[in-house]
Amino acid sequence: MNEINNKEMVGRGTREGAALFRDWFQDLTEKAEKGETAAYVFVMGSIAEILRVFDLPMVFPEIHSLQTAVRHVADDYLNVAEDYGYSPDICGYVKADFAMQMQNGKHPMGQIPKPGIAVLTNACNTYLKWGEIWERIYDIPMVSIDVPATREAGTRTWPGDEQFEREKRYVKTQLKELIEICEKMTGKKFDIDKLREILGHVNTMSTGWKRVMELNQSRPSLFNALTDGTVYLGMSNVFRGTPEGAEFFTRLVEEMEYMSANGIGTLTDEKYRLSFIGVPCYPIFRRFNEMFTEWGGAFVMSTYLWFASGGTNLGVQYDLDNPMDSLAEGVLISVRDAMDSMFHPELTVLDKTNDFNIDGVVYHPIKSCRTTSAGMADNRRALMENSDLPSLFIESDMMDSRVVGEAQMKNRIDAFFEGLASRKAKEAIGA
Amino acid sequence: MALSAGVDVGSTQTKAVIINEGLEIVGRSLIDTGANVVQAAEKSYLNALNDSGRREEEVAYVIGTGYGRYKVTFGDTQVTEISCHGRGAVHMFPDTRTVLDMGGQDTKAIAVSETGEIVDFCMNDKCAAGTGRFLGAASMALDIPLDELGSTALKSEKPVKISTTCTVFAESEVLSWLGKGKKIEDILLGVHKSISSRSISLLRRVGLNQQITFTGGVAKNIGMVEVLNENIGKELNVSDESHFMGALGAALFAMDHIKTSRIPAGGQA
Repeated sequence: MNEINNKEMVGRGTREGAALFRDWFQDLTEKAEKGETAAYVFVMGSIAEILRVFDLPMVFPEIHSLQTAVRHVADDYLNVAEDYGYSPDICGYVKADFAMQMQNGKHPMGQIPKPGIAVLTNACNTYLKWGEIWERIYDIPMVSIDVPATREAGTRTWPGDEQFEREKRYVKTQLKELIEICEKMTGKKFDIDKLREILGHVNTMSTGWKRVMELNQSRPSLFNALTDGTVYLGMSNVFRGTPEGAEFFTRLVEEMEYMSANGIGTLTDEKYRLSFIGVPCYPIFRRFNEMFTEWGGAFVMSTYLWFASGGTNLGVQYDLDNPMDSLAEGVLISVRDAMDSMFHPELTVLDKTNDFNIDGVVYHPIKSCRTTSAGMADNRRALMENSDLPSLFIESDMMDSRVVGEAQMKNRIDAFFEGLASRKAKEAIGA
Repeated sequence: MALSAGVDVGSTQTKAVIINEGLEIVGRSLIDTGANVVQAAEKSYLNALNDSGRREEEVAYVIGTGYGRYKVTFGDTQVTEISCHGRGAVHMFPDTRTVLDMGGQDTKAIAVSETGEIVDFCMNDKCAAGTGRFLGAASMALDIPLDELGSTALKSEKPVKISTTCTVFAESEVLSWLGKGKKIEDILLGVHKSISSRSISLLRRVGLNQQITFTGGVAKNIGMVEVLNENIGKELNVSDESHFMGALGAALFAMDHIKTSRIPAGGQA
């Protein structure tokens, strides 16, 4: 009986997530073939809640781009953009997307519809320039939601604070402008009850996402925050505000609770529990992770799951009786948290070190993303000053295999684990 | 009395060291790695054995290190050269807290504990700027043997400023200085200073406050030692065995294994 349950339960989220993703792509491909357009949005503040009210299909260029790397065809896309004149230093996601636009949406999983509108936040400084590219190519509206960030580490304001309420009104005004543009674009009237329904699904998803991450405190860890976590993350973005998304996370919590209750872990022999800071190395996604799991290293936590979920990790709950105010509040808290998770990850990592039994921290700065990488050296110093957690700093890229040196990377990873092993051995004999 | 061995398969040269239980080096060997890495590892090991005058059966444990460590097919296990250089340096100079290892293709700054364990490390990124290869490029361009680069550089009174950080472009920059009529020693000192500057940047990242030991093939270059001493403002430890430090560290780890395996479970040896 247990075997049957294990087979059905363990890995269910990954299987169901993959199937839903295929369906999403099938749908996008059909729309592209019919010449229909989509809303182009980003993972750090998609504002899916409003776009879904108008039934606008969504394209996530960051996700479409990283999929080319996971499928080992990113170089083909990067070359198209660089042949056009883009510098090797520019964000690999932007270049892969640009190459897709140049090739009528050609993608290894199907076809991407052209944009009809672009919605972005200021969580990433490249978003704005990226949006301008589509604006110029397609002459479409680009709506930029300016979300005030935390001014100083550790001094966030919260609902009720004067500054917070002022900033919430600022965000709400911008959301109303987005609604007006969507109304004009689609010819549909904004439906507040539909928004309520969508917010309800987001609430379920957020509760689930937060719980899933908390459950990974289990020993052994239940999911790999780098590999499985990326699948869940994709779901949290693409299916945000849908019944499918809500059901997915409800079932995922069930799976994780089952694994936890039965002592089932992601690794058969978990020796080191690691925290990951940054964006994964997609060109060698599987191999990158193996270089850690071969040593018994499991990623139990990842800042990627925080900032690239647009801050959904906080589990913010919308007040369905007051949907617009609550949405503005949620966007402000979540997007601000996404920004903080990139700039001050050590604060949360340190906060969770004991609960998650973290043995070491892996920093992965990537060449073509300044937003996530620029603060890492400074951040690592802060971590080292405030704890004796061992950390590893390895640089590569999220898209460009030309700057991924597997041999050099393995050398550094092996040395990191040799240090961890020696430290554990000393702890074991009380030295 | 058992022996242990360390075989360090580097990008340009392969080194092997045999030690006894008193942790003394009894045999060593250094050969060019070449294209056949497996063969280079075997040959270097056998040469070191030959140098020691001992029999292969006496070697109880072998550890492979360096980029080709997994090609030491006769080895018992592998340890990275980062850990091995740290261990070797602390063995030679017990007060070492920072190691600068400059090899053929990479330069590493390693912070170590008093027992030689890695505390932190930092390496050049995916390019060979600031490594031995940079000196190799200058040696080719100026047609001066590698082992004469340092002494020639030290004759300089007016070093040029080498601006490129790229090993590939270094050769053309060296040639352009020659074209401008600069003396060979001035160009060479400029090359040494350029490499030194990049290495010090790595050292700063892991900490420059403690005793520093310089290891790897480039530590044999007296010009590089001089320039580093001057720029850092303190004298680096340099051993006659600097070239063998990785292999020595591997042999020391191998000896640890031999001694630990003699301890019966729950008791003393």
